[in-house]
Amino acid sequence: MPAVQETVERVKRIDVDQYRYGFETLIESDKAPKGLSEDTVKFISEKKNEPAWMLQWRLEAYRRWLTMTEPTWARVDYPKIDFQDLYYYSAPKPKKTISSLDEIDPEILKTYEKLGIPLREVAMLEGVEPKPGDQDPARRKIAVDAVFDSVSVATTFQAELKKAGVIFMPISEAIREHPELVQKYLGSVVPTSDNFYATLNSAVFSDGSFVYVPPGVRCPMELSTYFRINERNTGQFERTLIIADKGSYVSYLEGCTAPQRDENQLHAAVVELVTHDDAEIKYSTVQNWYPGNSEGKGGIYNFVTKRGDCRGDRSKISWTQVETGSAITWKYPSCILRGDNSSGEFYSIAISNGYQQVDSGTKMIHLGKNTSSRIISKGIAAGKSQNTYRGLVTAHRKATGARNFTACDSLLIGDKCGAHTVPYIEAKNSSATFEHEATTSKISEDVLFYCVQRGLSQEEAVGLVVNGFVKDVLQQLPMEFAVEAQKLISISLEGSVG
Amino acid sequence: MNVAVAKTGKGRAVSDLFTSAEGRLPGSPAVIAARREAFETYERLGLPHRRIEEWKYTDLRALVGEVLPLAANPDAAALKRAADAVKAHAIAGARKLVLVDGAFVADLSDVKALASEVGFKTLGDTLAKDAGLLKTASSDAVIALNAAMATDGVVLSIADGTQLSAPIQIIHIATATSASAFTRSQVVIGKGARATIIESFVSAGATAYQINDAVIVSVGDNADVAHIRLMDDAPDAVNITSQFVTVGANTKVNFFNMTTGAAVSRLQGFITLAGEGSELSANGVNLLQKTEHGDTTLVVDHAVPNCVSREIFRAVLDDRAHSVFQGRIIVRPDAQKTDGKMMIRALLLSDEAEAYNKPELEIFADDVSCGHGATAGALDDSLLFYLKARGLPEKQAQALLIQAFVGEAIEQIADDDLREHVIGIAERWLERRQ
Repeated sequence: MPAVQETVERVKRIDVDQYRYGFETLIESDKAPKGLSEDTVKFISEKKNEPAWMLQWRLEAYRRWLTMTEPTWARVDYPKIDFQDLYYYSAPKPKKTISSLDEIDPEILKTYEKLGIPLREVAMLEGVEPKPGDQDPARRKIAVDAVFDSVSVATTFQAELKKAGVIFMPISEAIREHPELVQKYLGSVVPTSDNFYATLNSAVFSDGSFVYVPPGVRCPMELSTYFRINERNTGQFERTLIIADKGSYVSYLEGCTAPQRDENQLHAAVVELVTHDDAEIKYSTVQNWYPGNSEGKGGIYNFVTKRGDCRGDRSKISWTQVETGSAITWKYPSCILRGDNSSGEFYSIAISNGYQQVDSGTKMIHLGKNTSSRIISKGIAAGKSQNTYRGLVTAHRKATGARNFTACDSLLIGDKCGAHTVPYIEAKNSSATFEHEATTSKISEDVLFYCVQRGLSQEEAVGLVVNGFVKDVLQQLPMEFAVEAQKLISISLEGSVG
Repeated sequence: MNVAVAKTGKGRAVSDLFTSAEGRLPGSPAVIAARREAFETYERLGLPHRRIEEWKYTDLRALVGEVLPLAANPDAAALKRAADAVKAHAIAGARKLVLVDGAFVADLSDVKALASEVGFKTLGDTLAKDAGLLKTASSDAVIALNAAMATDGVVLSIADGTQLSAPIQIIHIATATSASAFTRSQVVIGKGARATIIESFVSAGATAYQINDAVIVSVGDNADVAHIRLMDDAPDAVNITSQFVTVGANTKVNFFNMTTGAAVSRLQGFITLAGEGSELSANGVNLLQKTEHGDTTLVVDHAVPNCVSREIFRAVLDDRAHSVFQGRIIVRPDAQKTDGKMMIRALLLSDEAEAYNKPELEIFADDVSCGHGATAGALDDSLLFYLKARGLPEKQAQALLIQAFVGEAIEQIADDDLREHVIGIAERWLERRQ
């Protein structure tokens, strides 16, 4: 689409390197020495007061990692990462034990304030119950387990969750307090040998969230973690494990922002979800890390392994993601549909601008009978970015009646970007029904003309169309996130549309 | 790369394949040097395997294992069998060019009739002068192997403005069992020319043989080309064909591939739309049964603006057959106003059949309209019920639905007679099934 003058000017004005969340918080931190060795792994384990089995687990992963090579199949291009030139552990130095919000480092609180995230909403943090009759869903309660760099600093709503029997705590604590659960589930969905980055994560993960919802419990609130990479040159290795026991339900929100940096930062998280019979997990992500400046310098490398295992019959896992940040995104939230009649969903909006590279998608692996999955992926490429959907749908021989519907649409804004679709569809069962459709186009001139004719400016018209384009996915987000996500989309695309 | 793999499954060193064949390979010393270089490339890479993305679903190391020695030149008895096969498979009215076990046989071909309209040479004639025809842009191991080992082929040049009065049929006949044939052909179609090219692959009593064919086609501006490929090799044969097609401006290209044979087959096409305003229609049907493995891999490269490409592919899978379809539409940065569509569907008739589809879009321009669709599934029960309720037996009802299913692709063949011919092939396949 020929850029109108108005757009060109706006692009100049609002550039990607004017990253809103690019600031740095100065807090003393407690670092592991640079580089990766068995000693680093031992250091992290020791820092966390981990039991011996955990250290053993990490060391095994580390030894395996040494034998692995970086994957190169994704359509992303970046200079080789020197894994010895990174810090693998960094935690804010505890000034004192934190028992209430007031005692949290004010610097950290200020960070959240700048981020404009719900944690800032003091009312919520203080656990103020919504007034009776207050229907505003944004005021619904959220429990926030804030991960500042690598250590969970504040965990709210513990008491109420405890009453419901829900365990929601940093995984480092869970390793100490609920070793039986952690031992049973950790690495059972993403084994330590899974892939290069997952193995690296297994060896050096610092912290993350642990959720266990007991049988029949509907988690009374949305659980939420805000990640934030702060320390210069620190890889962030999150490990999240969520288990929904029989007949339970939990919705988990994850959101991210990171300060502006020149060096590239590595983020290699692992998220494991397990659902038992009739359980459901809804996992939503808004990712808005630093994408690099207007020349493509800096930015986060996001190499994430996310996988859900529908272990029980009639269980369900739903992934929703809004990806607007990171210089490189390499992320494929997947579902293993093992239980009969289980279902998986993947809703994604991936927006790339500037020099961002996104290679994201999902895997739906149908193993059980009458399993169903649905994939809705919306990719928007602008600037000089490359946006790839890469997905796998497979039905194994015993997965009779498997059903999949996939729709991946790409929208191109500007003639310097690229949008790619790489689906793998494997039917090994005649009763499986797979449908896949993909389209790539720019915004139709007719539609724009129609809007402009009715008095909208070109930019408004494009905004309207883009919003409509991603609506299917936005609707899947919990209300708390939907607003933030919508804001993010408009920030990410500002100035590039026209 | 793994050097140890240079030995075949039976422990024979791969290089024996080349040295034992070298005396029979046509070409000047420079050509032989180019062949040696190509063979070294092949030796280094070995047969493609699943770790190579393009061959993910067609692992030749597992499916084929090793390359068989070159077939001997056909003797009198073989030529006799070949002559019968030509009779059985010749398309009425077409001018035939016959390759038996990788050697061109003038006696079975209509060279004289052809000469009035088309410039004709064999690969051997061409290679006496230069090695140009052995060079392709690809780094694929099987293509390198073809360059090294190609014994013969046809080199056609159709002058600007020529309207061919009859189709040209290139017939590949295998008469040698447990041997391999390597052929490489070229077709140059001049500006404003109109041509119909048919390629047939058949067996004259041979079994367990291997075919490695390469075809290089260039289509001039304003030309109109129909290209039909009918692959009906022996049920235990291997057929790997690579096609390179370059299309000029304002042309019409109508391509169709029918696969009804071979234990392992792969058609890999690389089509570049290099001139504006061209229309490409590339379609195909794979009818597979028993343990057949049929792979269609097609890369359509929109290098210039304002071109249209349409692809419709159907696979019908019975027993334990496997079908692979990998389609990639590339739209280069300047190729604005590209309109590319691809629709691939697999029909699984048996619980043990497997269908692998990988439709890809790779788009670097914004003002485009591109899309693909892919489905896999069984026959619609309600449609079957409808037909059965009207008194049709199960198999017949199925056949009717399958015919309709593949019909959508076959319909795209522009030439009426050829379309009828292909429908006949599909009908016979369905009859055999019953």
